[in-house]
Amino acid sequence: MMRFIEGSLAVSDAVRMCRPDVVSAYPITPQTHIVESLAEMVANCTLDAEYITVESEFSALSACLGAVAAGSRAYSATSSQGLALMFEVCFNLAGMRLPMVMTIANRAISAPLSIWNDQQDSISLRDSGWLQFYAEDNQEAADLHYLAYKVAEDQKILLPAMVCFDGFILSHTYEPVDMPTQEEVDAYLPKFNPCQRLDAKDPISFGMFAFPEYYMEFRYAIDQALQQSREKIREAGKEFKEKFGRDYSALVEGYRLEDAETVLVAMGSLCGTAKDAIDEMRGAGRKVGLLKIRTYRPFPGEEVAAALKGAKRVAVLDKNISLGSKGAVGLEVKDVLYGSGIPVLDYIVGLGGRDMRKRDIERIVTLAEKGEGDLFYGLREEVA
Amino acid sequence: MALSVGCTAKPGKSRGNRTGAWRVFKPAFKHNKCTKCGLCAMVCPEGCIIEQEDEFMIPDYDYCKGCGLCAEECPAEDIEMVKEEK
Amino acid sequence: MKELRIHGRGGQGSVTAAELIATAAFEGGVSAQAFPMFGVERRGAPVQAFVRFADKKIRLRSQVYEPDYIIVQDSTLIADVNVFAGMKKGGIAIVNTAKGGGWTVPPGVRLITVDATGIALETLGVPITNTSLMGAFAAASGEITLEAIENAIRHRFSEELARKNIEAARRAYNLVKGAA
Repeated sequence: MMRFIEGSLAVSDAVRMCRPDVVSAYPITPQTHIVESLAEMVANCTLDAEYITVESEFSALSACLGAVAAGSRAYSATSSQGLALMFEVCFNLAGMRLPMVMTIANRAISAPLSIWNDQQDSISLRDSGWLQFYAEDNQEAADLHYLAYKVAEDQKILLPAMVCFDGFILSHTYEPVDMPTQEEVDAYLPKFNPCQRLDAKDPISFGMFAFPEYYMEFRYAIDQALQQSREKIREAGKEFKEKFGRDYSALVEGYRLEDAETVLVAMGSLCGTAKDAIDEMRGAGRKVGLLKIRTYRPFPGEEVAAALKGAKRVAVLDKNISLGSKGAVGLEVKDVLYGSGIPVLDYIVGLGGRDMRKRDIERIVTLAEKGEGDLFYGLREEVA
Repeated sequence: MALSVGCTAKPGKSRGNRTGAWRVFKPAFKHNKCTKCGLCAMVCPEGCIIEQEDEFMIPDYDYCKGCGLCAEECPAEDIEMVKEEK
Repeated sequence: MKELRIHGRGGQGSVTAAELIATAAFEGGVSAQAFPMFGVERRGAPVQAFVRFADKKIRLRSQVYEPDYIIVQDSTLIADVNVFAGMKKGGIAIVNTAKGGGWTVPPGVRLITVDATGIALETLGVPITNTSLMGAFAAASGEITLEAIENAIRHRFSEELARKNIEAARRAYNLVKGAA
């Protein structure tokens, strides 16, 4: 049913229909509405789950870790400093092969203190072994939760997943979202069936000590699972399309790529603004297209290479910066296109909530056409 | 704001935020029944009620946001919230 | 696509107004989008909220820079913030004030003043002006009907609060309709 709903509440309702057994989270702007709403559902008995209140994000994710190890479906949500505080536990969930889903309402990281959006928080955990999905709009943000649980809990994958959506820009936006029924979600997402779990009658320990002779093999196994998850995401996306009509069978999505000379690459809500800007530029005869990356981990290298092969130049919009290097998406795209001769120009944009307008997209395309890239876009005059 | 190294600031920066702009009601300190107890200054969330030389309290209207806590708490009922025309 | 920018201060209900106006538009069959731009999270700090109306899916996510409509919840903001910035010709500016106005608006912009604080104090007993200004917006813009606003208010508030807010919206609506 089409509902006019705030992004955070679309997400919390999607999570409700995923039937988590345990929810543990600590409120932080701009994620707060999600967990407030879930706490209310538990209190009102519209969600049959344990809501574990904690004193910090570290404890929230630790509670989830224990819950998944005991065989429960767990959920959490956070932003910015909250995710930073979870850093250690994130690696543990992946290393112990404990699948769960966590929503990230993307927000800049201190210092300086900022409550506004960029994607530095989740990007900083790209190496943790979690799957990472980025949503363009609230429809995608809600939908990706059903898909994320399905892929994460697959017996061949068994890894946690982050569904990332831009804080405020999506989390606080009211817009129409098509919400499925509980029956439809149940038909798509089966019950969690852990292959091993904490059981007093048959005790095991998770995350044991690994000597140098073995540690690498465990890390290799996580990487293998992430590599294989691409196919699982495609399968889950195909089934999603059959059941709900919306197509997530590819890890990337092209927009007006036919004969495009300049191709923008972006993740998240910026893709919407870029599409509108592209329509205007196409109207003026400029051959511009967009490649949206929905799945950042695992990185869809082959799909990106195939989508960009006809481009004359590629302009990557990064709402993050690997300080001392370049934007995280830019680096991936440069890697994928290495040897192709296609120039890849990286633009650091929108950090700490700096607004991106259609005209900014157009200006970046103009910069790319002139070969000017690998820069922070739109800096104040004092530093430029 | 200045682009300082490490995003630093000197004390008193928040004085630049003149929170008095948002006010529908303004506390009128009548000083008729006032016993100079100082409770108004203690409960003021902006900390902007200041003791004068004669020990009477006066709010700094640049920062008073019209919350009405002082009027609510005044034991002598000597502070009245009046609608302010701007 | 039409765009509305609401200027207010934290606590005056600007974000709720944007939500309810967009909800009313959506119920009326158009695509809509509402979102806030928070400053510091504190009562009294200047806040902006935005609404877009369109006949197809809205993809644009930037803030609103060239509004067709603005609502100013608190005329004291006009001294601090350029609330009329970027307004389109033919646009409508709705300002809450008990005085008659006297501000210079961009050429081609119609200025409508409403004593929303007065209406809110009489109907609700508190100076929360958003629902009065929603009524004024419906009357001035025609983007949404008074009925759709009443429905949106009914869904959002408890029965007693809804009744009072609907009364506030109606009074401002009739005032603006009567003046037109």
